[in-house]
Amino acid sequence: MAEGTPLLKVTIDNITVEVPAGTTILNAARKIGGDVAPPAMCYYSKLEGSGGKCRTCLVEVSKGSEKDPRPMPKLVASCRTTVMDGMEVKNITSSKVIDARQGVVEFLLINHPLDCPICDQAGECDLQDLSYEHGKEASRYEFEKRTFHKINLGDKIQLHMTRCILCYRCVFAAEQLTQQREHGVLDRGEHAEIATYIEKNLQHDFIGNVIDVCPVGALTDKTFRFKNRVWFTKPVDAHRNCTKCCGEVRLWMRGDEVFRVTARRDEWGEVKEASNGKTGWICNECRFDKKHVSDWVIEKPTHINRHSVISQGHYEKLQKPQEFLPDLMHREPRLIMDIHNVSEVNRTNIDLSEIKGPAHSTDFNK
Amino acid sequence: MQTLTNRAKLVERKPLSFIEKAYLWNILKGLIITFSHIFKKKPTIQYPEVKRPFSPVFRGLHVLNRDEEGRERCTACGLCAVACPAEAITMEAAERLPGEEHLYREEKYAARYEINMLRCIFCGLCEEACPKDAVYLSETFAGANFNRESFVFGKENLLIPNPKTDPEGYAKAKGIN
Repeated sequence: MAEGTPLLKVTIDNITVEVPAGTTILNAARKIGGDVAPPAMCYYSKLEGSGGKCRTCLVEVSKGSEKDPRPMPKLVASCRTTVMDGMEVKNITSSKVIDARQGVVEFLLINHPLDCPICDQAGECDLQDLSYEHGKEASRYEFEKRTFHKINLGDKIQLHMTRCILCYRCVFAAEQLTQQREHGVLDRGEHAEIATYIEKNLQHDFIGNVIDVCPVGALTDKTFRFKNRVWFTKPVDAHRNCTKCCGEVRLWMRGDEVFRVTARRDEWGEVKEASNGKTGWICNECRFDKKHVSDWVIEKPTHINRHSVISQGHYEKLQKPQEFLPDLMHREPRLIMDIHNVSEVNRTNIDLSEIKGPAHSTDFNK
Repeated sequence: MQTLTNRAKLVERKPLSFIEKAYLWNILKGLIITFSHIFKKKPTIQYPEVKRPFSPVFRGLHVLNRDEEGRERCTACGLCAVACPAEAITMEAAERLPGEEHLYREEKYAARYEINMLRCIFCGLCEEACPKDAVYLSETFAGANFNRESFVFGKENLLIPNPKTDPEGYAKAKGIN
């Protein structure tokens, strides 16, 4: 932004905010925050060129600008429309927007398998949240959904094309983070799919970030595959000295086991900025190979929004009640039954975090 | 004192009359009631041989269901465990290997599934949460035992018999006679 550029006044849902010229409506709304910010499935502020594909961020512009106060004839995608001075935007105050968004969700779910019980993304899935908050209860689509076979992108990333909503985020991430793009969108329309040419391996150090940018469960971490549900793992912020990346990550733990490593996310579900001011993308070594508590310096439990199912463990403000029985009885209380002697779950001889890929019957029947 | 309602009754503490003092008449009255019950219909049932019908909404021990081809329906999504107010349910998931398609319905399944019946309060929220029709509360009582260890039910206790290999057991578990 050049010096002295006047700030533009824009009113979104009757809240006025001043932003520099060239800001999109979506970013102006995010500046206000809360419910005013339209949901976004494809736009990712850290990725250049993203946005404009999913249409979930549609808003109504009821007044174009101070100079030309005519409203825009159609709903516009707020991630691609820049603000004008004196613009008035309606998001949640417009029934047209709410109606259109329901339609968009229905379209996005047309080919989505809704296999949330199996999907590892469930609980932190943008599409799940979107359809829960903005969608209809039922779909009117009654034809066969398109299906694909599972594809391994390298040995650490699983691609489930069936779940993909074609937001192109991973394509942008791969292009902008790795400089050697090996996957993209093939075909068009109904047949479009994320694919690599001849299932080529993705070898770059930062390719694992496509898992984090994926808003649905199309790209998932194979080292975490089916290990546990997201909401039963404990998220903690941790860091390590990494030569390749910032080394600031979020660990998803169960007891003392590290089940999954991801980048830290902000309130919009995007990768947070690291302490050095750059976007906190993490390298494959941190993500896939460092699965021991000893590899990391744990800072604190991650703050999780209380509306998220992940907060059900209440780890953040966990306070253990003080043991009072030993003081009263002057001896340790006698344990009538140790559940670990009986239970088959969480056996000490099976460390799920040590298994490279998903666990199989062979791992459990040892 | 003004009473709040008109239903309050004062306790009468009159001295006993002669008949009441003699007790005999009252004992006789009691015996008439007792012996009259001999000729009435008995409400007692001989439990293990005769069983009372359950109410259709009765919630008893859990059953892990199979589909019509005998494959386990549970996909270890964890919704029952997160819905459980008593935190009685735990599970560990595994990926289905090629060749195990006849055992498990989905690509993910519960390799371990445990319900701690000591914790369970039989509220039926797991049944309501299940998106795969996999867990049901049956019309069976929780058993009685002297040791606590036998109340941690694993998959071997919970799974319904396979309708393909053990149709009789399956029909019995379903209550089809």
